[in-house]
Amino acid sequence: MSDPTALTLAEARDLLRAKKISAAELTDAHIAAVAQARVLNAYVLETPDKARAMAKASDAKLAKGEGGALEGIPLGIKDLFCTDGVRTTACSKILENFIPPYESTVTANLWRDGAVMLGKLNCDEFAMGSSNETSAFGPVVSPWRRKGSDAKLVPGGSSGGSASAVAAGLCLGATATDTGGSIRQPAAFTGTVGMKPTYGRCSRWGTVAFASSLDQAGPIARTVRDTAILMRAMAGHDPKDTTSVDMPVPDYEAALGKSIKGMKIGIPKEYRIDGMPAEIEKLWAQGAEWLKAAGAEMVDVSLPHTKYALPAYYIVAPAEASSNLARYDGVRYGLRVPGHDISEMYENTRAAGFGKEVRRRIMIGTYVLSAGYYDAYYLRAQKVRTLIKRDFEEVFATGISAILTPATPSAAFGIGEKGGADPVEMYLNDVFTVTVNMAGLPGIAVPAGSDGQGLPLGLQLIGKAFDEASLFTLGGVIEDAAGKFTPARWW
Amino acid sequence: MSAPASTRSKLIKGMTGDWEVVIGLEVHAQVSSRAKLFSGAATEFGGAPNSHVSLVDAAMPGMLPVINKECVAQAIRTGLGLNAKINLKSVFDRKNYFYPDLPQGYQISQYKEPIVGEGIVDVDLPDGESVAIGVERLHLEQDAGKSLHDQHPSMSYVDLNRSGVALMEIVSKPDLRSSAEAMAYLAKLRAILRYLGTCDGDMEKGSLRADVNVSVRKPGAPLGTRCEIKNVNSIRFVGQAVEVEARRQIEIIEDGGKIDQETRLYDPNKNETRSMRSKEEAHDYRYFPDPDLLPLEFTQGYVDELKSKLPELPDDKQARFITAFGLSPYDASVLVAERESAEFFETVTLGLTTSPKTKSGGQAELVAKVGMAVDSKVTRADGREDTKRDPKLAANWVINELFGRLNKEGRDIAASPVSAAQLGAILDLMADGTISGKIAKDLFEIVWTEGGDPRDIVEARGMKQVTDLGAIEKVVDEIIAQNPDKVEQARAKPQLIGWFVGQAMKSSGGKANPQAVNDLIKRKLGV
Repeated sequence: MSDPTALTLAEARDLLRAKKISAAELTDAHIAAVAQARVLNAYVLETPDKARAMAKASDAKLAKGEGGALEGIPLGIKDLFCTDGVRTTACSKILENFIPPYESTVTANLWRDGAVMLGKLNCDEFAMGSSNETSAFGPVVSPWRRKGSDAKLVPGGSSGGSASAVAAGLCLGATATDTGGSIRQPAAFTGTVGMKPTYGRCSRWGTVAFASSLDQAGPIARTVRDTAILMRAMAGHDPKDTTSVDMPVPDYEAALGKSIKGMKIGIPKEYRIDGMPAEIEKLWAQGAEWLKAAGAEMVDVSLPHTKYALPAYYIVAPAEASSNLARYDGVRYGLRVPGHDISEMYENTRAAGFGKEVRRRIMIGTYVLSAGYYDAYYLRAQKVRTLIKRDFEEVFATGISAILTPATPSAAFGIGEKGGADPVEMYLNDVFTVTVNMAGLPGIAVPAGSDGQGLPLGLQLIGKAFDEASLFTLGGVIEDAAGKFTPARWW
Repeated sequence: MSAPASTRSKLIKGMTGDWEVVIGLEVHAQVSSRAKLFSGAATEFGGAPNSHVSLVDAAMPGMLPVINKECVAQAIRTGLGLNAKINLKSVFDRKNYFYPDLPQGYQISQYKEPIVGEGIVDVDLPDGESVAIGVERLHLEQDAGKSLHDQHPSMSYVDLNRSGVALMEIVSKPDLRSSAEAMAYLAKLRAILRYLGTCDGDMEKGSLRADVNVSVRKPGAPLGTRCEIKNVNSIRFVGQAVEVEARRQIEIIEDGGKIDQETRLYDPNKNETRSMRSKEEAHDYRYFPDPDLLPLEFTQGYVDELKSKLPELPDDKQARFITAFGLSPYDASVLVAERESAEFFETVTLGLTTSPKTKSGGQAELVAKVGMAVDSKVTRADGREDTKRDPKLAANWVINELFGRLNKEGRDIAASPVSAAQLGAILDLMADGTISGKIAKDLFEIVWTEGGDPRDIVEARGMKQVTDLGAIEKVVDEIIAQNPDKVEQARAKPQLIGWFVGQAMKSSGGKANPQAVNDLIKRKLGV
């Protein structure tokens, strides 16, 4: 075996089943790769002992011809998923020593299917960010570099650790979460595949909440097939989350390679924004050509309320976050900074425990929910949300199977390059992705090309509610046409 | 049925004339259920601190609420008991504020769309008047934990056992016009909840508590500025708090001041209300729909099913006691005020075998048995029910003897030393002439203090009434022979034979049959 970390998840699975590689070998190779790539800062906690023990158990099962769909597959887990007995911080100082006595439903599903945990992955603090620079553990570095430059680039965010680790071969796949684009944008920045499923497809139980009505877990992996395999394991109804949906989870892998002949794909004119780089425009047209070549029909569609999505998102998400993060008060767990009285203890703890971006969003959220402002901001944003949802429903009602858009307005940028003076500059990263969260729909980001400096660019496919399968089919077509995107190793 | 407020108001005299007090109650009733509103943790009272706390109650990261269906059913039952509109769709909201005993940093409550809308409670006042008090709404919400300030010199401790327990907040309209009405309304509400089994109504344990909104105005004037007196935990204190707060407000206004809208606290020791926080300091709770929970929806069919299984409520029971047993409205209202009293009375009257001192769970059984007894009754032409014992006599004994004795010792009926079967036996002994009414009271006292079967006690202690005319005649003859002067007087004024009856009863040790003695003396004296 040359380099087990270069395998795709599907290849590794097949080799494990054929007993051509052991889970222990596969895991050890990844543990070594993780240790050698610390400069990327993708992992905030490595759990090699746990990984070896899990791999050993998997090998025992595989030897008996047993084992689940992910038996022996080493994965990285975003540090937003609570893991029983393993430190979980949401990459915030306020939870720096928090060890949950419970396992999130999504990760429990993965372990049920035999997956192996390599460790916890870096992310933006409480998943609030688009560059993984808000993490209390410091920024994640992308394995990608611009041609002829050694400037450190961001992997995107908030699931930057997940995207960076997957792109750099530090795991075969990773869990991630997406509230406004946190799976799809980092996937696009790193040449990986990321799926944000329909709201309600994955349980939110045991995942640290950012914005409850928008948060969804999903996978990032190196191929569409790998993403489909992970998606199936992560999804499923959970009685502990009343917003999770009791619907059968299809075999997403089986969706790959299906014909797209006659499928109607919408091209929304509102996604052609001012100042969009020509290479993004070109990529989008290229994607449409590929799908057309495979037999799909391109249809111009309109999603008229798109331009209101970003401002509405930056009201709804902080509003929910301001309430969701109230529990981090220094009383029961996590950081506590003493004060003379309870109010001062709250103030000291939360000032020291939360980073700047988290504090900013708590304040925005508190403001928009305040008496006298609620109607003008929160209520209006919810109305916009309803309109955005209706835009999609109307388009899908005309027989459109999926909508093709760029995933991001640009390729990855340098660490420290954006959002320093104006946070909105950073928020604009999510302009193509937030609509999907606002409407609760599934979206997939698939690598489709490179910019002039050799950095990967991604396309996004948006599907009908609970029709992730079509997105895997279509994503597979783009992937086959565009080829793989692997960073040259420099670390 | 209800008198208009203006005529019912018990106006308060001030220096500048009469004042009307306007009162609204927000009652927090703990839902009777085994588990909390959104977590599977137990709701038992009195566990060791933090022994009934789930991950959800402690607001651990990533925990999510899941609605407890039984709490929803209890809220619907209560709404039905309040003759209220049941909303088939309602929404849970977050009420955001920081407090150490509020782990989530928000309380899950219902703000704009409660599970129960407007309803009516008919309240009987002590002066015999009846008023209909409007219910504005009932909503479900979580209780908070408890802060303990006496455990450490500089720190407070928190007990989360109550955190997340389901409460029903029942908000009245500002329809109450006196402390007496406020007390009567709360008592009636408590009775309804206890009949329904949706709240145990235990105010000492905090299962039921009231926030009292009080304002005053000149009759006919617009509503005055109100103050909210928080967390009053007894019916008596509600009355006292209204009185003292109304007085305070009248004095301020008459002195040329104005009332500040604020939250106040009632101190029963000093009998005064004190400011807790003013409107300016009031929290901005930043209510918004809880995104972790879908809107709460159920069908009319589900409501109808719950309705079909509701127990008989105080008003219906009172009406039945009047028509079926011929009780006076007052006696009936006294008996139905507590479900256990009504059951006790009915057990005595109908001669049921089940003791009313059944534990929880047994109550339902008793209701079922009472129901069966009622079903199998023979209805007479006059609409009265055939009963084993005289209902009026049973009511008198339960109300006067039993309640009197219980009140004297501060016990409630569940702890009565005299069971319904024992009281029934005493009434039977009286009815068949074995003992007199006077002896019956002595017998009741013996059963109360010593227990035992009343029939055996009467037998063993020779308490039987003497109806043997021969023995009585001898006694009467002796008394007549010894008191010729009294005989003269009695012949002149026949009412005076009462003296002879008294003497005869005395010398028989009270065991002589008073009617027989009376007849005998009349005959002997020729009056």
